[in-house]
Amino acid sequence: MSTTTTTTGAPKTPRTPTPKRSLPGTARVSTKVSGRPGFYRSYSQELALFNTRPKQVAVAAVVLLGLLGPFVLEDALLRTLAIAFVFAIGALGLNIVTGLAGQVSLGHAFFLGVGAYTAAAISGDPEGRTIGFGIEEMWIWLPASGLVAAAFGVAVAPLATRLRGLYLAIVTLGLVFIGEHVFREWSDLTGGAGVGRSAATPQLFGFDFSEGTEMFSREQQLYLLMFVLMLIFALGARNLARSRVGRAFSAVRDRDMAAEMMSIDLPRTKALAFGISSFYAGCAGGLLYTVSGFFDPASFNLLLSVQFIAMVLIGGAGTVGGTIAGALFVSLLPTLTRELPAFIPLISQQVTETPNVFQVEQILYGLLIVVFLLFEPRGLFGIWMRIRIYWKSWPFSY
Amino acid sequence: MSAASPVVQLDDVHLSFKGVKAVNGVSLHVQPGELFAIIGPNGAGKTSLFNVISGVYRPQEGRVRFMGEDVLGKKPSDIARRGVARTFQNIALFEHLTVTDNLMLGRHQHIEYGWLSAFGWWGKAKTEEVQHRKVCEEIVDFLELEAWRGMPVGLLPYGVQKRVELGRALAMQPKLLLLDEPVAGMNLEETEDMARFVLDIRDELDVPIIMVEHDMGLVMDLADRILVVDFGTPITTGTPDEVQRHPDVIRAYLGQELSS
Repeated sequence: MSTTTTTTGAPKTPRTPTPKRSLPGTARVSTKVSGRPGFYRSYSQELALFNTRPKQVAVAAVVLLGLLGPFVLEDALLRTLAIAFVFAIGALGLNIVTGLAGQVSLGHAFFLGVGAYTAAAISGDPEGRTIGFGIEEMWIWLPASGLVAAAFGVAVAPLATRLRGLYLAIVTLGLVFIGEHVFREWSDLTGGAGVGRSAATPQLFGFDFSEGTEMFSREQQLYLLMFVLMLIFALGARNLARSRVGRAFSAVRDRDMAAEMMSIDLPRTKALAFGISSFYAGCAGGLLYTVSGFFDPASFNLLLSVQFIAMVLIGGAGTVGGTIAGALFVSLLPTLTRELPAFIPLISQQVTETPNVFQVEQILYGLLIVVFLLFEPRGLFGIWMRIRIYWKSWPFSY
Repeated sequence: MSAASPVVQLDDVHLSFKGVKAVNGVSLHVQPGELFAIIGPNGAGKTSLFNVISGVYRPQEGRVRFMGEDVLGKKPSDIARRGVARTFQNIALFEHLTVTDNLMLGRHQHIEYGWLSAFGWWGKAKTEEVQHRKVCEEIVDFLELEAWRGMPVGLLPYGVQKRVELGRALAMQPKLLLLDEPVAGMNLEETEDMARFVLDIRDELDVPIIMVEHDMGLVMDLADRILVVDFGTPITTGTPDEVQRHPDVIRAYLGQELSS
């Protein structure tokens, strides 16, 4: 059988009765494949990122839709979406360490905080009340915030080689509390509790995205910036997942003892997972508050970590598309619940009354995680898969 | 002993867990191209021996040499990198990954690009992925796994999973293959297939094999030499004929008459 043809995806073809072993180069591979879409003729075709036509079309459509957003949506929603995209970057990071490598981390908020303060300090005003170095260029502070967070991630990773599962979750939880305390007390850097400091300036090659121009409003620019950044980070995460490194992560998650037998060094692999995950978190932290322009040390609490867990679980652990969907879903949840009182008069807009929208929002978080874990552990991605399979085999049920 | 230096050599290995003596003074050596079998009743310490060779357990006494090098106390991942591949008694595949990905994980040590190029997945990373994907296809071809390639292994039938696990070990291009009960739980047809694969591996790929197996018919047919252990203690080593006639072996398996 010629090794240049494989039939994944396409219906299995009966093997042609050509002689089994032919000299290299003499194997008859028809160069014109007609009437057989989805028939791969080389491994690079099969291994391509978007290796089927529907995938190419779907991704192109989503990207196009995203790029059209600023021209049809209102500024308030664009702002929410811009923040949602940044959350998606952070969630992609958590997906790498928890979804791919299987190391449950509740410390994501801490790494986000480290990134946010690194970015803010580098880009901050040197003359200001808080530490600042006045380097406003994003291509400097964004990687820097990621790298500093990654350094913390690698430093924490040895815990993961000693502990697993719940124990690791609790220890990383401790990280959030230590972080909260340090951020609160170190007022030279953070401005102190209840005061806060201004965030990094999203300026790229002299162009400040946070200041509206004649053509675009501030929100439109930030939306586009965050959308493009999210695409870049998502592409990186997807590539990582299908690479040697991503496979090693999945191996450690599925069966770490067998992974060692594949000559995968567990401590090193876990450190890498934490490092890369924290890099994503750090970048997300640096970007997150450029939208609002200001942030408070109390932001990096357990709730933020839990939100990220919710994004990954609701979206579908281990998948890039699912994680982004989960991040958008969870980020847009408050916007959706704010609309609820219009439909259900029982729910109040006022904080003082019960039940109010904020309570409903909190309950929904918990409820959604429980419902997804019970009924669709593969998350939104799983639902998407089911829809896909349904239409693929339609009108048959299998 | 023949002139060729042994691939793996264990000298007087003792392994105990608290009070339990799992391996009690086992010595063995495997020559290049040899199919060596370890048999013994349940709990005899056969799998423990595998774990000693692959570095999962560290024996309290004794020496383990692989390709003439002392590997005692080396990390399992290091020993795997030196060329020891194994399969497990209870299948230890990465069940959420596809057959191809499992095989590619076998190639892990041979793929060289680093994590930074993984983000881009082009240039060296892409070339290597394609190149090693091709090697995996040869294994797919060798073990007749064509129909299952793209399936997550968790969904495959048991016999096929066993074969995938063998394939994953082969993908490592091992210098020594440890097979822990390769036909356990298989029906006659699957057993015969597996026996054929094991012979092909030894003869065509020239990989020495140590096999732990309870299927006596298979062991006696395939093995060049057999080590019998009972309660961690080696009883005898020899060719299938010698082992079958050895009185201690018969006693360990069948028991002895009360009166004697």
